[in-house]
Formats: sequence, structure tokens, C-alpha cells
Amino acid sequence: MSGLSDHWAGLSPVAQQFWIAVLKVAVIFNVLLGLFSFMTYAERRLLAFMQFRLGPNRTGPFGVLQPIADGIKLFFKEEVIPEGANRWVFVAAPAVAVVAAFLSIAVVPYGGPGLFQIADLEVGILYLFAISSLGVYAIVMAGWAANNKFTMLGGLRSAAQMFSYELALGLSWVGLIMLAGSFRIQDIVTAQKGGLGLLNWFCVVQFPAFIVYLIAATAEVNRTPFDLPEAETELVAGFHTEYSSMRFALLQMAEYVNMITVAAVGTSLFLGGWLSPLPLLPDSPLWFFVKFGLLLFFFIWLRGTLPRFRYDQLMHFGWKVLVPVATLWILVTAGLVTAGVPGFRR
Amino acid sequence: MASATQEPPAASGVEAPAARVLRAELGPQLRSVADFRGDLAITVERDAWVRAASLLRDHPQLDFKLFLDLCGVDQLDDDTDEGLRDRYEVVLHLYSVTHKHHVRLKTTAPEAAPDVPTLTGVYKGANWFEREAWDLYGIRFTGHPKLERLLTHDAFVGHPMRKDYPVGQRHVLKSPKVQLMDVPADSEHLLVNIGPSHPAMHGTFRVQALMDGETIAACEAEIGYMHRNFEKMAEVRTYWQIIPYTDRLNYCSSFMNGHGWALAVEKLLGIQAPPRAEAVRVILSEFSRIMDHIIAIGTNVVDLGAITPFFVMFRAREDIYELLDACCGARLTVSYVRIGGLAQDVPEDFEARCRRVMKSVQEVVDQADGLLTRNPIFTSRFKDVGAMGKDEALSWGWVGPCLRGSGVAYDVRKDHPYSGYEQYDFDVPVGTVGDCYDRYLVRMEEMRQSLRIIDQALRKLPSGPVIVDDKKVALPPKSEVYSNIEALMNHFKLVYDGILPPPGEVYGYTEGANGELGYYIVSRGAKHPWRVKVRPPCFNIYQAFPSMITGALLADAVAIIGGLNVIAGELDR
Amino acid sequence: MELFEAILFYVFAGLSLLSAVVMVAQRNPLYSAFALLVTICSLSAIFGLLGSPFIAALQIVVYAGAIMVLFLFVLMLLRVGREEPEPGRQRVLKTVAIGLGALLLAQLGAVIAGIRPQVARGFDASTRSMARVLFSPQYVYVFEATSILIVGALVGAVVLARKEP
Repeated sequence: MSGLSDHWAGLSPVAQQFWIAVLKVAVIFNVLLGLFSFMTYAERRLLAFMQFRLGPNRTGPFGVLQPIADGIKLFFKEEVIPEGANRWVFVAAPAVAVVAAFLSIAVVPYGGPGLFQIADLEVGILYLFAISSLGVYAIVMAGWAANNKFTMLGGLRSAAQMFSYELALGLSWVGLIMLAGSFRIQDIVTAQKGGLGLLNWFCVVQFPAFIVYLIAATAEVNRTPFDLPEAETELVAGFHTEYSSMRFALLQMAEYVNMITVAAVGTSLFLGGWLSPLPLLPDSPLWFFVKFGLLLFFFIWLRGTLPRFRYDQLMHFGWKVLVPVATLWILVTAGLVTAGVPGFRR
Repeated sequence: MASATQEPPAASGVEAPAARVLRAELGPQLRSVADFRGDLAITVERDAWVRAASLLRDHPQLDFKLFLDLCGVDQLDDDTDEGLRDRYEVVLHLYSVTHKHHVRLKTTAPEAAPDVPTLTGVYKGANWFEREAWDLYGIRFTGHPKLERLLTHDAFVGHPMRKDYPVGQRHVLKSPKVQLMDVPADSEHLLVNIGPSHPAMHGTFRVQALMDGETIAACEAEIGYMHRNFEKMAEVRTYWQIIPYTDRLNYCSSFMNGHGWALAVEKLLGIQAPPRAEAVRVILSEFSRIMDHIIAIGTNVVDLGAITPFFVMFRAREDIYELLDACCGARLTVSYVRIGGLAQDVPEDFEARCRRVMKSVQEVVDQADGLLTRNPIFTSRFKDVGAMGKDEALSWGWVGPCLRGSGVAYDVRKDHPYSGYEQYDFDVPVGTVGDCYDRYLVRMEEMRQSLRIIDQALRKLPSGPVIVDDKKVALPPKSEVYSNIEALMNHFKLVYDGILPPPGEVYGYTEGANGELGYYIVSRGAKHPWRVKVRPPCFNIYQAFPSMITGALLADAVAIIGGLNVIAGELDR
Repeated sequence: MELFEAILFYVFAGLSLLSAVVMVAQRNPLYSAFALLVTICSLSAIFGLLGSPFIAALQIVVYAGAIMVLFLFVLMLLRVGREEPEPGRQRVLKTVAIGLGALLLAQLGAVIAGIRPQVARGFDASTRSMARVLFSPQYVYVFEATSILIVGALVGAVVLARKEP
């Protein structure tokens, strides 16, 4: 052990930084993988309890080993690439999906500056926006490559849905950027610090933006009531109808990781990230995980409660309700900031 | 027949209005008028077929707007020339919701040229029924827009319901139909198969839709995947042997099918089951109705992505299954009724069990109501989707909750009470515009009304036997068979000879979960029925589906199909 | 660290050139679109390496996130297949292409020959300074005019695409 620390001290600061970054990536990557598999379990169990069922409860204590069993099962399943499919694109799509999903988590801060974030980019929020727009490609590619009418319809629906709601998603952030005066996510979190605890958070100050964010984020990650791209009863299973084995697992993973990302980003931007809700309690990364868990529960809860929208209703809602509301709120925020209203001062 | 007939004989001398009007209008073209067990049957010449049907529909005193059923009958073994001349009969059943009367209109066609003019211009619903009659009997309906096979497949040879067609004959289909409709080669539209195996299809039937983006530009339906020709099987079974087959019609509420069958045969025999049996039949039928509605609503909302109401409601269905299990030992296909009563008495704690199930039903109906009825996403998916007007619904021959959703308060239980429904106080809910939401509301309310009926029936549940004391209809108790020579002989005779009804034909109808479930039975006095025709409620309803979804969105088609509650077992028979 | 950055720079530069060539050479328009996507992403990486994360993010948001997705959308919707060359026009096109290519090479050569190597001055490419420049009196009118132009184009597209009642 002492040999390792001597070796560490001997490294140049740049190399040290490099290795810290690699370590952080490795840790967060693995935590995410674990979280993803836990989410599949948690979702099934929670939904089951909401529906008077038990859910998976046989594999391990309380069934917690179920995701591992599922993983092993999927791993050993036969890979099917349908006849007439475009091989390259078909194979590439799940990879793109997973890469895009994992990339965006890099800028989310779990705690104060330094150790608890992979990269504290100056344009963090723009980076998020850019990466989330890349996620569409995976779905479009998957839908197109399988050479199947249902996947095609699913892919097109999904693409249309995602870039419609991305707009509202982006607009919901503008108010925060104005108040924090920065694109850096760490700055946005610290801008929510104040004497009133949770009343200083942007989910209170920027309440309309928060609602727009929640809705647009649900749509962005294709969850009920916006799960049209995979609307089972209409499109069989949407864009991943033809996928099997690990490729299917990868697409599923991308979806769950996206959901995790959206919840993590929501926590940082609107729920004060790692800040404590009460003025007296200390700030801690623990707070981040509590709020994050609540948001994830919210997504599962929605799925247990609501039916899904129809395609045209979804588009109308996105363009005629969410975007105008978000735009109006930007104008209001800009006005309040310029007027220097308390709470809207930088 | 030991028991007295319950129907009053038609007052001689005073003819029913339908017969009077047709006699006046058609003159010699009206061949005969019969009245057996209260069923009015009018036979007309082939040339007057369309005219007679139009008269029945449009004459203000008759107003037979509701198309019920059309079928063929093969009267083969009349070896006379006259028999061959009249070998095929086409039988039409109509109903008037304003005057509350039925009529059976018949015509005949010779073996050499079985052509009958089509009624598709008079009743929309006649379309598939005529295709079915062509398919099964080879009766050609001249002027029919698309006289193709409906229940059998394209590789089928011959017409299976003809009496000279062997019962065990099979034909194998090698290559299925890929396209149900013609699509121009340069079309930019996408041809999508919904079914026969598709998550939105509740059973194996198929719709092929030509998609213009998300809109259905044209569509065509194909059925017959579950066709097992129940009607042909019924022709070589005795009356009680048919009971288990009826369970497989609408398997979501199998008890009601048996109930309907028993009532139809009892009508033919002119007997009535004892009061206790009738009360139990009503109770279990109403529970079956609740079960069927639970499935209709539950699966319908699953199609919309709401999975929780489905699981909530299915708990009560499980309780009902347990009740049926306690009564007869079976859950899904119960075969509990017998001609003239029930197979055995209900368990001793029947009332307590029923009360428990009622509580559970009440609970889940309230919960589902809270989850759905005022949910804005749900209402926006259901309101003004798949609207069906009153007149159109009647012309298609819609019945049951779907017809009531369109605003026609026709309920057999209310308008022609059977099994003692007249003793119970209940309401018939109706909708206003006939959209998916109305159908949903009607079903929800019917479940509550069913609970009311069950409550009253339980309160005055009479004691006594559960099957008629008639040696020609009901088997004697086993203990007597083993100890008493007379009972043994009765048992032997009944099993060996079967129930022997008088010659004649009846149309027995009950309010099934999906609407009027009718059995048209032609008897020649033998132990097997000569002809059994089921009038399946969802056949008429599904027939309208392609025209309902043309121009609608794909997602709407999914919302509509669930609300129609099409059951493949009943659709294809 | 500088070595590391240099390696990354050359990797992305190579990738962007390669995918640009693939884009032009591909006959399947869908593959061309994907290749262009790779080019855009590599360019964005290069901007990032040059210390302008703002431009890097914009590159992806605007080109990859909006424009290319629309391209792909249309390509898939119309189900465009492989482009088969027409034999007659091929020769004419080739000669024109060779001529234009030579001209372009000559121009490039002239420009490169005229450059005197020098060390770039420090340049502040942060978001804040970019915004200062963009919204300074020098550019703000141009900037706003461009946005009005884009709105005009959008409205025009909607009007054109609308089906006649």
C-alpha cells in the first residue's frame, strides 16, 4: 500500500488528475450499471405493489437478485438479426443508445465541487442538451435498420416526439441559467443555496419551469404517459421489436440510464442537488440521493397511474402547451430579473 | 311435455301486425304464416324477399329496425321434387325496439340454383351474414358486394354445413392470404397487419390497415381463425351434449351461454325450470356479466397503457371464478346448467359467498372508477372516439352495451324478461353519442345494476328442487337409479334416446354480456337438432369495425376494438 | 498533457476527414448522413480541444441534434434507396468534377503557401466572452436579423407544407 502511495506522490499533477478522472469514470460507470439493474427490480416491485401483485420475489432475498438472473438469461439468449435488416446499422444502434445515455451523466454533480462530479464543464447544461439530442439517433437507427413496419413507425414516432419535447426541455432551463448566470451545473446548484433551505430551490422559484421540465423529461425518456414509441398495443414493441438477447438488453439499459440521468439532472437543477432542505442541516451528497430517489419513484408512480396519450394529442400538447408556457415563463423571469425582484436577483 | 307451456297461444283470428301488413302488400307472394311457441314466422317467395324485408323495416306499424340474424338452413332429406325445389331456406330474424316484437322472415331456394337477392341494401349487417351463408351453405346472394368465404379459408372445398357434407371432412390451408386488399404499386401508404397475432387483438382475428402516416386510409377485416363449426357439431349431438360446446362461445362469461341455450331448448320443449334454478341462473348470469365487463374494460385500458386498473379489476374476476368453482367445480367452462334446471344445487354457504364477492366487486368497480372516469388523459382518448349513431347501430345489428352506448335502451332482461327478471328492480343505462366513453360508462353502470339484481335475487332466493321433475327431460337422481328399476329405465331411455322435442323451430334469446345472444333451433323431433344457429352478438359488432376505423388514427382503432369486446370464440364459432 | 491533446487532435482531425470522404463516396444516402454525423461530432471535439466548449456544444446541438435528424427523418420517411449512376451523364459529371477539384486544390495550395507560421495569440473563447461579442452593438443587429430570417423560413415552410383544404 505504501508503495502505491509513494508511486502516486511521484506522479506529476497532470498525471494525478488524469488517474483521478479515470477512477471517477470507472466508479460512476459501475454505480450506474448497478443502479440500472436495481431500477429494473425496483420498478417491477413497486408497480407490483401498486397493482396488488408481488412482483419478482424468488431470486435471492426479496428477489433482489432478479436483475442478475435476467442479465444472465439475456446474455445466453440467441441473437437474431432479421432477414433484410441492415446489419451495420442494426448492430450499431444499441451501442449508440448506450454511449449517448452514459455520456450525459458525466456532468451531473453529486456533491460539492471536486470529487463528486466527473467533469465540471463550463457549458455543462449545453453539453447535456447536445448529448440528449444524440440519443434520438439510436432510436431512429434501430427503427429503420430492422426493416419492419412496426419498428419503422416506432422509430419515426419517437424521433418526432423527442425533438418536439427537447425544445420544451431546453426552454425550461433558460430561467435557471438567467438566475445562476452560468451554464455550469455546479453554479446552478450553488445558486439555490440560501437562508430559506428548500424555499430557495428552483423548483419553488421556477415552479412553472419545473413542471415543464418534469413533463418534457418524461416524454424525452419515453415513459408513460408518453411511451408512444413502444406503444405495445399499436406498434407491437416499437423500435425494439426485432431486438433480442444482449442488444435488447442494451436498448433497455439505455432507457433506464436515460431515466436515471433525467432524474439526476432534475435533482441538480431544480431540487438543489446536494443542498440540504432545511437551513440547519448540513449539505451532503446524501441529500442528492434522497431527492434523486424521490424523482425516480415519481416516474414509476406515473407509470402505475396513467394511460398513454394519443400521437396527435402528444404533439399538440408539446407544441401548443408546453413550448408556449416555457417561452412565456422565460419572458416573465427575464422581466423579474431585470426589475430586480427579491429571489430573482443574481 | 309435462309442464304447461308458458307462452299464451296467439289469439286465433287476430293476426300479428307484421303478417297482416305483409299479406296486404304482397298478396300471393306471401306463402305462409306460422306461430310456434310465440315466434312469428313468415315465409315469402324469393322474388318478394327484398321487398318484404324493406316493408318490415320501413312500415311505421312494424318498424323492424334492428337486424338480428340471417342464416341458411338445409332441408335436404325431403326426397320429393318439392323438397329439392325448396332445399335451402334463408332465415332472417328482425326486432323492433319501438314496438318490442320479433319476426322471422323466411324464403327458400332450389337446389339447382340457390340464388337469393341480397339484403345488403336494406340492412348493413346483412353483409357478413350473407357471406357466412354462402360460405357454409353455398347460397348465392345476387348483388352482394363481396361474396367471398368468411369463416372457412380459400383452400376449402365445398360448403360444410350442407347436410350431404361429411362431418369429419377436413381441408388444409397451405398458403394464407397475404393481402386482404389491393394496394396500387406506387402507393406511398404502408400496409400494416394488425392481427391475427398482435397485442391489441383480443383473440385471433385480423385487420389489415393501409396507413397514411398515423391515419388509417382503408382497412379490411378477416375472421375465421377460431372457426370450429359449432353449428355442424351441434347437429350430431343431443340437446344436453351441446351444453359444453356453448361454454366455448363467449368464454369470458361461459355460464350465460349455457343459460341461453337451456332457455332456448326449454322454450322448444315448452317447459320451465323450477324457481330456485331460475334464481340461481340469474345470480350466476349477472356475476358472469360483471366478469365479462371487467375483462372488456380492463383489457381496453391496458391497450391505452394503463395497466393498474386491469390488475385492480381482475381481482374481483378471480373471486367470481371461485364462486363458480364452488358451485360446479369448474372455473372457465362451467357447464353448470342442464335442460330444465341446474346440474346440482348450490353449496350451503352460497349466499355468504355471493355477498363476499359482491363486496369485492363493489370495491374494485369504485377503485377503477376513481382511476379512470375523470382522468383527463383517459377521457381525451375515449371521448368522441369511435362514435356510432343510433340508426346505424341498429342497421348493423348492434346489441347489448354497445347499442345502449349509442342511446337505444334495448335490454332483453327488461323488454322480454326471462328467468324471472321481471321480479327484480334495475335500471338500463344508455349513452348519448355512442363513443368509446359511452360504452365504457354503460358497462361500468351495468356492473352496479347487476349487483342490485344479485342482491334482490339473493334476498328472495326460493328453496326447492333445481331441476324439473320430468322423466323425459331430466335424469333421475343417482341414488334412485341404483335402487329403483323404474328410475333405472328412465335413466337408460333418456341417455339412449336423448331429449325428444316436438318438431318446430324456436328462436330463444337472452341478454348476454355482449348483447342479445340468440339460439335458433330447428327441430324435426329427433334427438339431434336439425339446425342450430347461434346469433353471436359480437359478430354484428365486429362487422362494423372496419368502417368505424377508416379515417381514424391507429391508436383510436386500438381504443375502439377493446370497447367492442369482440370474443373470437363467439365471433367464429 | 499537451502531447495527449495533440494525439486527440490528430485522431479527431483524421476521423473528420475520413468520414467526410465516406460521406461523399457513399451511394446510400443514409450512410452519407451517418458519415456526416461523425464529421460533425469530430469537429465538435476539435472545437472542445481548442478551448471553446460553447462552440463545441452548439455544433452538436444545432447540426447533429436538429439538422441531421431532420435529414434522416426525411430520408427514412421517403425510403430513399441507393443512388444508381446514370451512364450517360456520368462522363460529363466526372470531367466537371475533376476540373473543379483541380481549381480547389490550386486555391488551397496558394493559401497554404502564403501562410507564415506563427504562434496563435491567447484567445478567450468562453461562453461569456462569446456572448459579449455576439450581443455587442457590432453584431447584435445581424444576429437578430438572422433569427428573423430563420423564423421567416419556418413560417414559409409551414405554409408550403400545408395541404390545400
